[in-house]
Amino acid sequence: MTTREITLKTEPFVLNVGPLHPSTHGVYRMRTTLDGEVVLDIEPVFGYLHRGIEKLMEERTFTGIIPLTDRLDYISPMSNNLAYCLAVEKLCGIKVPERAEYLRVIMAELQRLANHCIAVGSFLNDAGAYFTPFMYTFREREKIVDLFEMVSGQRMTYNYMRIGGVSQDIPEEFLPALAKLLDQLERFVDEYDFLLKENEILIARAKGVGILPKEVAINCGISGPVARASGIRRDLRRDDPYSIYDRFEFDIPVGENGDSYDRYRVRVAEMRQSLRIIRQAMKDIPAGPVKAEVPQVVRPPAGEVYAHIEAPKGELGFYIVSDGSIAPYRCHVRPTSLINLTALRQMVRGWKVADLIVIFGSIDITMGEVDR
Amino acid sequence: MKFEHFGLGLLKGMTVTFRHIFRHPTVNQYPYQRLNVSRRIRGNELVWDKKRCTGCATCAKACPQGAIEIVTGANPVENRYEVRTYRVDTGYCIQCGLCVESCPYDAIFMGYAYERAKYRRRDLVQENDTLLESKERPKSGYFHPEVAAGLPAQTLLVEKIVERKD
Repeated sequence: MTTREITLKTEPFVLNVGPLHPSTHGVYRMRTTLDGEVVLDIEPVFGYLHRGIEKLMEERTFTGIIPLTDRLDYISPMSNNLAYCLAVEKLCGIKVPERAEYLRVIMAELQRLANHCIAVGSFLNDAGAYFTPFMYTFREREKIVDLFEMVSGQRMTYNYMRIGGVSQDIPEEFLPALAKLLDQLERFVDEYDFLLKENEILIARAKGVGILPKEVAINCGISGPVARASGIRRDLRRDDPYSIYDRFEFDIPVGENGDSYDRYRVRVAEMRQSLRIIRQAMKDIPAGPVKAEVPQVVRPPAGEVYAHIEAPKGELGFYIVSDGSIAPYRCHVRPTSLINLTALRQMVRGWKVADLIVIFGSIDITMGEVDR
Repeated sequence: MKFEHFGLGLLKGMTVTFRHIFRHPTVNQYPYQRLNVSRRIRGNELVWDKKRCTGCATCAKACPQGAIEIVTGANPVENRYEVRTYRVDTGYCIQCGLCVESCPYDAIFMGYAYERAKYRRRDLVQENDTLLESKERPKSGYFHPEVAAGLPAQTLLVEKIVERKD
């Protein structure tokens, strides 16, 4: 031991990252214990965006809950709508018309594209590619959001899916616009890959940083792209096919190392697979009704149900207990972001503060879903 | 941490950003340039059709926020049942459109206009004649395809962007 190491005694100190920090993607606080610049431990503090959505759900009709689910993960409301409607349909035993199933798949996959646009863009923004990729991805998301506005009338809280189908049929100009969008997006993903795939700075910042081992990921219950980047080949679209996902052909991209760079690569690869699914769904979308015969006030039989889907961020589940009245007795959400966030502590220990931001960005969370 | 062929990956990325110089801008100067919104837009204010409304209050029951209030009563002079007050607190309204979907008589529509901010809070609570359709408060085609057919087509970014000529 040199004399220098003996004289320079360091002691840990506490730094609050957040709640209003540009890289926390919402109001989230990390109580970080640092030794110099090395992160010794973090303690997540959340609840700043708590709106009591689960409690509010108990006081609303089953249809009236759908606007609330929009506000869980506000980056991808279509997926939330889908998960909730699937749960209620399972409870009531409603059969959804064929055309509505195809529309749901198209919307859910477009939503995955839009979500991954934001996830990848903001991750690269955190990693130091300041705002250029962010602007590009937001431009592409804008095109998708335009189509959502065309079918549902709003750009963020779509409120499009209904129990037993979707709220209304697509306008006739939707499918031509979608075909055009897919062509542009395919070119965009290629161009976007070319932009930063081999960038040395990104590789230095993200490769090997924040490794999430397979065992830890399974123990923490991690799902979605984060789990798949760690080498867990689990995708509910394949393992527990809901809706009509068993009819489509797609691959499940899997990472090797489970580092931040792999999580970024898995997301880009998933965007390509989503494009593939939408193309297949577009090709054989049938004509017909878009909503099953469902009474205006839905009264499911007493009982409980759990339905889950592969949302863009991971497994999103709704657990509903019904007592036979017009409102659920209890409705619990299995949030993707909150459970993916639990692995953050294991991932960041020993890394520097700058890496903490990159690792946090690579998980892709929405605070609306964490706090509910 | 190794830096093999340092710089090549950076240059590849730079070519993409450089090519953007020759593209058309996608940004609009909002108050001066306006895009057409969706025909199904769920705008700020509801439009109420006084003649068709029977006061059944289906919309009030469907509203998850409880923003609609209806008072009905008998009119002994004209010998009929009438809607006395139809009041919407647009401050509570979340523009979910469930009232429009539930109305069995097509008496309520979402608004097509979107710049309807108010200076006073009490102006947000609208009732009876202020809810009727007018030039400033056009109907939206949400859930009403016959109204949507008369509205201008939505400007889509997909069609607006001119890609580079490869």
